[in-house]
Amino acid sequence: MNTALKVLKADDFASDQDIRWCPGCGDYSILAQMKKVLPEIGIPPEQTVFISGIGCSSRFPYYVNTYGVHSIHGRAPAVATGLKLARPDLSVWVITGDGDSLSIGGNHFIHLLRRNVDLNIVLFNNRIYGLTKGQYSPTSVEGQITKSTPMGVVDHPLNPISIAIGAEATFIARSVDSNIKHLATVLKRAAEHRGTSFVEVYQNCNVFNDGAFSYAQDKATRDDTTIELEHGKPMIFGKEKDKGIRLNGFSLEVVNLAEGKVKEDDLLFHDEQADPALVYLLSRMRHPQFPEPIGVFRNVVHETFEQAVRGQIDQAVEQRGKGDLQKLFASGDTWTVKV
Amino acid sequence: MSTQASSTIEKPVEFVSGITVRLVGDSGDGMQLLGQQLTNTSALLGNDVATFPDFPAEIRAPRGTRAGVSGFQVQFASHEVHTPGDTLDALVAMNPAALVTNLADLVKGGLLIVNDDSFEDKDLKLAKLNTSPLEDPSMEKYRLIKVPMTRLTKEAVSEFGLSTKEADRCKNFFAMGLVYWLYGRNMDATLRFIHGKFSAGKSAIAAANEKALRAGWAYGETIEALGQSYNVEPAKLSPGTYRNIMGNQALAWGLLAAAQRSGKELFYASYPITPASDILHELARYKNFGVCTFQAEDEIAAVCSAIGASYGGQMGVTTSSGPGIALKAEAMGLALMLELPLLVIDVQRGGPSTGLPTKTEQADLLQVMFGRNGEAPLPVFAARSPGDCFDIVQDAWMIATQLMIPVVVLSDGYIANGAEPWKIPDMTKLAPFTIRHPQESNNPDGPFKPYLRNELLARPWAIPGTPGLMHRVGGIEKEDGTGNISYDPENHQKMVHIRAQKVANAAKLLPPQDVEGPQSGDLLVLSWGGTYGACLTAVQRAQAAGKSVAHAHLRYLNPFPSNLGEILGRYKKVLIPELNMGQLQMLIRSRYLVDAIGYNKIKGKPFTVSELYDKILEHTK
Repeated sequence: MNTALKVLKADDFASDQDIRWCPGCGDYSILAQMKKVLPEIGIPPEQTVFISGIGCSSRFPYYVNTYGVHSIHGRAPAVATGLKLARPDLSVWVITGDGDSLSIGGNHFIHLLRRNVDLNIVLFNNRIYGLTKGQYSPTSVEGQITKSTPMGVVDHPLNPISIAIGAEATFIARSVDSNIKHLATVLKRAAEHRGTSFVEVYQNCNVFNDGAFSYAQDKATRDDTTIELEHGKPMIFGKEKDKGIRLNGFSLEVVNLAEGKVKEDDLLFHDEQADPALVYLLSRMRHPQFPEPIGVFRNVVHETFEQAVRGQIDQAVEQRGKGDLQKLFASGDTWTVKV
Repeated sequence: MSTQASSTIEKPVEFVSGITVRLVGDSGDGMQLLGQQLTNTSALLGNDVATFPDFPAEIRAPRGTRAGVSGFQVQFASHEVHTPGDTLDALVAMNPAALVTNLADLVKGGLLIVNDDSFEDKDLKLAKLNTSPLEDPSMEKYRLIKVPMTRLTKEAVSEFGLSTKEADRCKNFFAMGLVYWLYGRNMDATLRFIHGKFSAGKSAIAAANEKALRAGWAYGETIEALGQSYNVEPAKLSPGTYRNIMGNQALAWGLLAAAQRSGKELFYASYPITPASDILHELARYKNFGVCTFQAEDEIAAVCSAIGASYGGQMGVTTSSGPGIALKAEAMGLALMLELPLLVIDVQRGGPSTGLPTKTEQADLLQVMFGRNGEAPLPVFAARSPGDCFDIVQDAWMIATQLMIPVVVLSDGYIANGAEPWKIPDMTKLAPFTIRHPQESNNPDGPFKPYLRNELLARPWAIPGTPGLMHRVGGIEKEDGTGNISYDPENHQKMVHIRAQKVANAAKLLPPQDVEGPQSGDLLVLSWGGTYGACLTAVQRAQAAGKSVAHAHLRYLNPFPSNLGEILGRYKKVLIPELNMGQLQMLIRSRYLVDAIGYNKIKGKPFTVSELYDKILEHTK
């Protein structure tokens, strides 16, 4: 039988709601790329669920015509875990921000990653609290002046990718809101991965933290300030492709290829299945000492949480038969009172 | 196997209508096990039983100290019993600390059995005693039986080559054997238990425990100090097949039954907390019923994952105790806004803060009624006994699904760990409840309306995977009907009223309140939760003494049964006994403007019948 499947378009994933992000917000770009990617994944809107917490990014579910839950601050991973355990058939996305997932929801974030629930989590990192109007976030940089830190941030920031590898996430990636082609590719790869796919997106809050990632966004500089990770390829960057990353002992270093002393073969070759220690080193590459890696840091296959949980249920049924309440109630010691 | 030990001299047996025994020792001495076995055995003999386990929060508090004393009280009787008994007919004490902390409850002339071997100077020191309580003149009030249990047990099990420690551990079975002989308890069930528990590679331990049990029995038969034994005839329970059941177990089974009746998979998420954890342990064993148990990273994740499962169309349930419920509060408000069915079960313990983790209390009523931001009413139900846990969670799930609302169920430590005979229900007689997930849009002119309501004000439970019904739900106030975000003042007021009315509508689906005793009179005792048995017994005693008193016990606390106000008006006085500072009393007073009198006890212990009885007499003079 040949059933013609409807070819989905970006518009099929657009909801009827007015979008209420500030004009110029980086979220628009992420939404646009998501709507572009969703039809390509081929999962229909009714099989897709977006779950978010609280914050600007967390309004995302209202703007896609799928199922969605706008939950409470920091808890989207927990809601999503329950949904996915109950309904492994669904395609689930978690949309979160740096405050939502790394501050109030830090606990759920790490447990989601270590359990490897088969869902995709996209963290819009703008290094600021936007919806509450400009307090510093756990990814704000030291010294950053915000409404709640008039003399500068004194906390050491969290690095989302380092946290993710610490929790042994099976898929870790980073992209940039304005780098739309790259972003679309990364989102699509995240969707294709079985297990928790974690994507950090550098997202500009043009109202409260404008330009936080301008080095990575600006077309004029981004080739020198970011490095695209490509599996199996040497780590080369720069507008002229004249710089590379080399492993020297237990450290990474930037080397110049133009001088001819260092060959491509001497460089670090990116391996998405590399030891977590190496992924951690990549996560520590920070502007301006290093170009910041974008792309897929890690992509390994492990059993998913819901497979393991459902597997035990299936195994129990196989070994003991489908549960019978009447038998259960009568198990052990009983006695009968006659009329 | 036979339990008829070869008897040398037949001692007389006296039949009595009921016995209350408390077994006390170190928290590592196995007193809980002993108590559970005695309870189960007595239930199998057809007695009605009620129990009160009482143990410290520490797993192994320092040996021999007063802080480490663990106790188990059981009343078994040939008549109906609803409480574990106020005073003790017999006390079995394994050490001085256990003796001195429990002796006050032993009746004058009561039987006091002690492990004589653990009253050495070092034991007395651990119990902070200068002299042995056994030498005290007050001992004359009791029938003291000193048994060198440690030595006798060691001798009895010497053939099995156990270590000193292992041999010593058998002494609770020796004590059990003695108690079994004393009350004519059949050893079969306990022998089955011993050989079931210690089967794999531990047959020497099983054999030693059996030997210790039989040695204890034989000791009772032989020693002259025990001139007779006692026995209790079966109780006249209504016909049917029974088993012994504990509250947390009944609650877990009730959840299984609710899932089956509603055709749902049970998704149960929890974070370990005393005294609720046993529900998690119990359900984790029943994966072959399709139960998905999830031990979450914290209390908040537990409730949120249950919300996720409910959104997906399954039966989302979370359990905890007071501190955990405090953490879940925000998510409970979310579930209320999402208008999803959810069960939140609070097995209450002594509070505030960490409070008294292993002790009972009823002080979470106002927390579950009001402990959320905004106008956030929820239905609140409360189990009244271990067996009732089975029924109440099914009622709760019925209401949750019919009204699309989270329902709170209250249990408490006393109910959770207490046990009673439970008449096994016939599952074929428990009607299924119908749940509809819409397949078609309710709005031909536009997008599906997730908040378009039925006559009970319930919204449709449309679940992901259904084509054409895609919708978003969230914690922000939403427009009625469409569910779109709305900050409109009129809409907010409307939605607040709708959410309140939904709770009120539960009363239409629930039975009216019943009253035990005269339909009008001098005094109504109004109670809720785990105090049921003590209140009922005290009221019955007062009725027998000719007092004009009736008893109403609430299982539904929000909404109150529709006829409650009218009932309250038929009595001159209303007395509300509670293990808190007057929480139901506050609700009744504010709702019905009735000058209800509180009787409040906050000691981490249940009411005794006699203290309630005295209070009733005080108000029926």
